[in-house]
Amino acid sequence: MTLRLRGLTARGLAPIDFELEAGECVAVMGPSGSGKSLLLRAIADLDPNVGTATLDGEDRAAMTGPDWRRRIGYLAPVPGWWADRVGAHFPDREAASPLIEALGFETPAFDWPVARLSTGEGQRLALARLLVGAPTVLLLDEPTGAVDEASRDAVEGLLKARLAAGVPILLVTHDKDQARRLAKRALKIDKGMVHEGSP
Amino acid sequence: MNPIALSNLDLALAAGLVLVHAALSVALSLGLGRQLIIAVSRMVIQLALLGLVLQFLFETVSPWLTLLAAFVMIGFAGHEAVARLGRKFRGAWGHGIGTASVLIAAMLITSYTLATQVQPDPWYHPRYAIPLLGMVLGNTLTGVSLGLNTLTATAVRERVAIEAQLALGATIWRAMRPTLREAMRSGLIPIINSMVATGLISIPGMMTGQILAGASPETAIRYQLLVMFMIAGGTGIGVFAAVYAGTWRLTDARHRLRLDRLAEARAD
Repeated sequence: MTLRLRGLTARGLAPIDFELEAGECVAVMGPSGSGKSLLLRAIADLDPNVGTATLDGEDRAAMTGPDWRRRIGYLAPVPGWWADRVGAHFPDREAASPLIEALGFETPAFDWPVARLSTGEGQRLALARLLVGAPTVLLLDEPTGAVDEASRDAVEGLLKARLAAGVPILLVTHDKDQARRLAKRALKIDKGMVHEGSP
Repeated sequence: MNPIALSNLDLALAAGLVLVHAALSVALSLGLGRQLIIAVSRMVIQLALLGLVLQFLFETVSPWLTLLAAFVMIGFAGHEAVARLGRKFRGAWGHGIGTASVLIAAMLITSYTLATQVQPDPWYHPRYAIPLLGMVLGNTLTGVSLGLNTLTATAVRERVAIEAQLALGATIWRAMRPTLREAMRSGLIPIINSMVATGLISIPGMMTGQILAGASPETAIRYQLLVMFMIAGGTGIGVFAAVYAGTWRLTDARHRLRLDRLAEARAD
């Protein structure tokens, strides 16, 4: 899958032309408030934006917002929950269990109350929830921002497996070492302006 | 039985009761003195003017003047329905949604009641049309206001959860369902509570007024039931229309949550 952006722009974000090839990870880096999250949200079509985005030549404008987002897996920096228990967020528990365990949980955690999740646990479970739907591209906004070292390794292991399967990843991170471990290219954003570089 | 006429002195004595309210406000530093004075002054002036207008309308019995009065009332109700929202819709949308909701609800319910149950001659006789419309409007605007307030406040509070569902490919109607349900509930609960309490905990003002004015309890109760049914129906239609229209405005065709269409929250 190749994600191609042409003149994509949103409020606070300069127009960007960019390609993300199959199996490639590109790190998105820059200071807080520079527009990294705005870029991911614009690609996921969660904020009003203009410009074109295509996935293997298929235009985003030709499909509904929900259809597009099912293909473009966007993970927000703060996970959102809409039910009291973790399990209610995983309709397909059978598919979710191995993912949750691969992310460092000893049990699938379906009975856990959402209110008692730590920030790191919430982030990992939100990633598992996203991966269950097998999106063809991943837009990850600081997926390991609040996790410990072991959990971070587990997350990166899962992401490497996705990359090997040809899923491209756009990864917002403040961790330069993580960017070097996963990505060969970087998009550096400052005050809404985007420049390409190395991680 | 002729009603006991009330003199200006009687009303002045009753108005003295508001002084207790004012004294409490001052003693507890509630800062409500100004609002209380405005509310009391508005009520007295509005009712005095209403008396004059009703007297004129009853003497002329004109369908056009009745309709004009109805639209003026609906315009004020639409304004009041959105005037105290914590977060208002930008531009004319707030007033548009508020006014359209109370207009649909009040017109449908009042026309239906006049045409099929009360059946005055002529059917638009202002003696029936205006008071019935007023009863429906007053309660519908409360429901619409509560429903819209809960809708906008919950959408802002639950933004992360709503967008998490959208990001996974949910439609906006699916992601907003709990918000919609909460808004509908908050708009409808007052009228449900009111129906439960009527006759057991409270004797409604309209019925009290009729009995004091000489009507038999049976006639007063029949009218009260009619009005409660109208209010329940009107509030249901108004809240439903307002909450769905508000949700439509808070979202777009790409199934995005558009909180940018809300103005900043009020500081107080």
